[in-house]
Amino acid sequence: MAEKTMVEAVRDALCDEMRRDERVFVLGEDVGGGGVFRATDGLRDEFGEDRCMDTPLAEAAIVGAAIGASINGLLPVAEIQFADFIHPAFDQIVSEAARLHYRSNGAWSCPITVRTPYGAGIHGGPYHSQSIEAFYAHVPGLKVICVASPYDAKGLLKSAIRDPNPVMFLEHKKAYRLFREEVPDEDYTIPIGVAATKREGNDMTLVTYGLMTRYSLEAADVVEGDDGTSVEVIDLRTVSPWDKECVLESVRKTGKALIVYEDNISGGFGAEVAATIAQDAFEFLDGPVTRIASPDVPLAPYSSVLEEQILPNPEKIADGIRKLAAF
Amino acid sequence: MVSVSDVPGAQGLSKDQLRELYYKMFLARSVGERERMLNRMGKGPFAVTGEGHEATQVGTAFAMTPGKDWALTYYRDIGVALTLGMTPRDLLLAHLGRAESIESGGRNMPSHFSSVDLRIVSGSAPVATQVPHAVGIALASKLRGLDEVAVAYFGDGAASVGVVHESMNLAGVHRLAVIFVCENNQYAISVPASKQAAITDLSIRAQGYGFPGVTVDGNDVLAVYSAAKEAVERARNGDGPTFIEAKTYRLVPHTSDDDDRRYRSREEVEEWEKKGPLIRFRTWLEENDVASASEIDEIEAKAMAEIDAATEYAEAAPTPDPATAMRHVFVEEE
Ligand SMILES: Cc1ncc(C[n+]2csc(CCOP(=O)(O)OP(=O)(O)O)c2C)c(N)n1
Repeated sequence: MAEKTMVEAVRDALCDEMRRDERVFVLGEDVGGGGVFRATDGLRDEFGEDRCMDTPLAEAAIVGAAIGASINGLLPVAEIQFADFIHPAFDQIVSEAARLHYRSNGAWSCPITVRTPYGAGIHGGPYHSQSIEAFYAHVPGLKVICVASPYDAKGLLKSAIRDPNPVMFLEHKKAYRLFREEVPDEDYTIPIGVAATKREGNDMTLVTYGLMTRYSLEAADVVEGDDGTSVEVIDLRTVSPWDKECVLESVRKTGKALIVYEDNISGGFGAEVAATIAQDAFEFLDGPVTRIASPDVPLAPYSSVLEEQILPNPEKIADGIRKLAAF
Repeated sequence: MVSVSDVPGAQGLSKDQLRELYYKMFLARSVGERERMLNRMGKGPFAVTGEGHEATQVGTAFAMTPGKDWALTYYRDIGVALTLGMTPRDLLLAHLGRAESIESGGRNMPSHFSSVDLRIVSGSAPVATQVPHAVGIALASKLRGLDEVAVAYFGDGAASVGVVHESMNLAGVHRLAVIFVCENNQYAISVPASKQAAITDLSIRAQGYGFPGVTVDGNDVLAVYSAAKEAVERARNGDGPTFIEAKTYRLVPHTSDDDDRRYRSREEVEEWEKKGPLIRFRTWLEENDVASASEIDEIEAKAMAEIDAATEYAEAAPTPDPATAMRHVFVEEE
């Protein structure tokens, strides 16, 4: 089994799916030449420019055309170059893709995948750093995946492409080349909506997703080494629909819940997790359901000094674990 | 602009087809009137109809092949829906939000036309969002080697929305089989055409996207049909998109919630009533001996009988089961 970066895993998933099913095609800005992150590298050579299609610079039309193509029998994978530039397509995603099936009483469906790099930590400033999952997790009819690991990226992207519903596939851009991981060459899928317990523990449940999974795992190791607190780390992987049962079961076991996410704290997806734990596992808790996230400033300032001040990191997470453990 | 008097003939249509055109136009007019009446009677909570747009809608849809070509309609397109094969019953079931409505089973507002079999794609309410779908559908047709045509309908207000321009540009780049039909009724609710655009003929915009644009008299069904037929042929032959701007006039308020006396004079509306598409075509049919006055009366009586029966049926049809409200958020896997 080869060790791969996440961006290689994404590329592999696209390539596999395009080989497997000729209805699959990718479209977006610069995808023909391989894309600015190289996630579509080589696809045009193998599949031609019709199936790896450079589009005009127009996000609403990219998603809108993908919706139309899906209505007419294809399985489009639209790439939005940066999540920060998806906002012009919000209407197409929310009004059209998410609602088509419901509004037509199940008569029409919209099997599109919208892939986009998101997230901070790469000195991207306020327009190359945003977390957008909460906007879309709020919308019924959409599935929303956040990946930050090569193995998960490949298995979940395949599931997204094969899913008969619109799927938002958010790839943490800092994780694209941050580390390598064993990724099977053969076909495998990871079910949408199923969390992964990436570290077992008994004293606390830490719920997270995206790049914060890696940071949380680091923090959990450090704290356990220092004072023996054993933290269970759950990577949601899919934020909509999310794996409530996995989280609740763990909280019932540990009695404590720490939720870690990179997005702004207010109205971020972690707020939904916190509310659910408070409502459905109240009698098992022996400490406050706690969130660690970015404060409410536009994500993210450009200067590394400012960026580090704002974003959660392993040290901040470790502090949060210690505080909650002291309850 | 081309008008009836300039049209040499019947655009290759047979007498039966010409009568069918009139039938669909009259049906569209009368379904609209019936919906507004049911609304005033307190039976349907909302009505949005297209009285005045019949020539534009029926004339363009008549050039399409139903079930093969795709229609991306907007809320005013009763005439398009009926011409392609939806029935007064379908529309009135939707108007009353009944369970059996093929548009949406009571989920969408009325006049949000939909039929999978007829390839009338379910629409939404934000204006112009359907336009890129036509482009994507045509893109898929091209990739799949199919000679289908996708027709996107929208108003003059919607023509100002950014995604229309994005869509035309993309369609132009790939020479896709899309027809953009702008039903220019000269108002977007109360905003007149002069406040919507600094140009008179919106069709000149097509130049900027590299395909032909034409402005036609949208109250002249044969002129509209002729332009649409040519556009369909061009699209089917792989020669790319066309922008058809049909100049027309909405003879009724924007919706059942609008009072158009606030923004336009009765004299103006009356002027346009005289130039209305039904009167004009009826006169043309009589003058050219396609149908006599009494034959036209028969056509109209047949349409009214169909609408009466549809009304009765729809009123008696059951409302949706509340327990189904949660269904179809996602595709239900077998
Ligand atoms: C994006 C958006 N903004 C505003 C509205 C509210 N609205 C509904 S119809 C309409 C006017 C549309 O006019 P036009 O496109 O000319 O079509 P017409 O109704 O005249 O046929 C407006 C402003 C809407 N539906 N969508």
